[in-house]
Amino acid sequence: MKRELTCIGCPLGCTVTVTLDGDTVSDVTGNTCPKGDAYARKEVTNPTRIVTSTVRVSGGTAPMINVKTASDIPKGKIFDCIDAIRDLIVPAPVSIGDVILADAAGTGVAIIAAGNVDAIA
Amino acid sequence: MKNYELVIIGGGPAGLAAAVSARDHGVERILILERDKELGGILNQCIHNGFGLHTFQEELTGPEYADRFIRQVKDRGIEYKLHTMVMDISRMDGSGDKCVTAMNRTDGMFLLQAKAVILAMGCRERARGALNIPGYRPAGIYSAGTAQRLVNMEGFMPGREVVILGSGDIGLIMARRMTLEGAKVKVVAELMPYSGGLKRNIVQCLDDFDIPLKLSHTVIDIEGKKRVEAVTIAEVGPDRRPVPGTEERYTCDTLLLSCGLIPENELSQNAGVTLSPVTSGPVVNDAFETSVDGVFACGNVLHVHDLVDYVSEEAAGAGKNAALYIQNGPARDARTVEICPEGHVRYTVPRFIRPKQMEEKLTVRFRVGAVCQNCSVATYFDDELISRRKRPVMAPGEMEQVILSRAKLSGYPDLKKITIRIEENEERKAGMTE
Repeated sequence: MKRELTCIGCPLGCTVTVTLDGDTVSDVTGNTCPKGDAYARKEVTNPTRIVTSTVRVSGGTAPMINVKTASDIPKGKIFDCIDAIRDLIVPAPVSIGDVILADAAGTGVAIIAAGNVDAIA
Repeated sequence: MKNYELVIIGGGPAGLAAAVSARDHGVERILILERDKELGGILNQCIHNGFGLHTFQEELTGPEYADRFIRQVKDRGIEYKLHTMVMDISRMDGSGDKCVTAMNRTDGMFLLQAKAVILAMGCRERARGALNIPGYRPAGIYSAGTAQRLVNMEGFMPGREVVILGSGDIGLIMARRMTLEGAKVKVVAELMPYSGGLKRNIVQCLDDFDIPLKLSHTVIDIEGKKRVEAVTIAEVGPDRRPVPGTEERYTCDTLLLSCGLIPENELSQNAGVTLSPVTSGPVVNDAFETSVDGVFACGNVLHVHDLVDYVSEEAAGAGKNAALYIQNGPARDARTVEICPEGHVRYTVPRFIRPKQMEEKLTVRFRVGAVCQNCSVATYFDDELISRRKRPVMAPGEMEQVILSRAKLSGYPDLKKITIRIEENEERKAGMTE
């Protein structure tokens, strides 16, 4: 099986073709540097993303707080992650780094605050 | 009238970094004026990550990046006023000082005297009125940045079925954001044959979610009297006019516009600052000083940036030079040299350099006007080729740079102009000049 990807290593944006033999990569073509090879291999075998979103805050000076996964998570888990925090409400104050959810959708990765919201005085 | 050494207009990334730098270069009485309810500017609504890779070697979200600089401002005890709108900047009679007119709800209208002013007001989005899109004018048409603020800061979803016009980074980021929040983004249409956004955003915001990007397409009709009901897009030819027969109708309740950013320079203009017709920002020299003595500019009010790291870097330069101006008075060398952009280089910042006063290494930033492949950035001192750097690809969406050396310039006392030009690589010659 072949898969076509756009490399994000630099602005050149090479179109890289990966040939898959089952789950193993048998060939990578179209890349113009080693970064493209590494990107393409990871992207077809274990693509991951940092997920950022917002969570509702109660009693704060702002209604929403920026949150993110503490590290990258499998790409296939993005929507599960978002679903896990959709109905959360955290009480103010919230500061950068505060753990909002210890384990996002079984990924073992925490959701942490990426902004500050003070409590209403 | 209250008296300051330095008044900074805008408390976003540019204003914050300028304030920190000015203080670190010895300016005591600094005031930042910010019209929003908090410092941080546009970063507060940019909840995606990727900020600060150059500055902090980390991928931060917008609020995290802003927080780093807000802390530096607060640690230094730099004064700031929120909810405050600046109305006017003018020259004081009888001195080189500036008079800043501002207003807010607690102080009413008030005047400030300042030795120097830094313009850091940022930019705003090109609105529907400036795009001449035909059709009705129903609810449901937002600039991408407005939608971003509603979703990320206010917690409102502006719509459920979305078409996006323009593939600037904010449009791409919002395509992903709206999708994650449960909306269906049906298509992103881009007038130009290339995207104005970063590659990484095309992949991670559109490809990841199977959102189609239609290049060389534009919106030719908007339906709906109360609320958007559908939009029609069509392919455009090389003349950017719609090609009959290529129309496609999308039912939707929302149209987001991500069609470019324009530096916000009404204040600058009233203050007599010369603006560049290309960037819509002030023309500055290597000190980031505008055509008005003691008025400096940095960040997106100067020219629209791709990365906030470059804004912080530039703003630190503006802050330092404002400090030098405050301490030593006007230091304009009689001799300045103009940098002339040619062949796909649309403009340069700075536009003028002072060969004797400039930093030892000066970064000149610019953008190209078209996608350039297999080209080089060539720098000439008058007619002499000084450097030639190969670039496999350059795109209008990403900023480019050339570094000028003061030591090198000192060998050219009679230099009239510097030219920065994009040249195509001739395969054979390229090997020799590289």
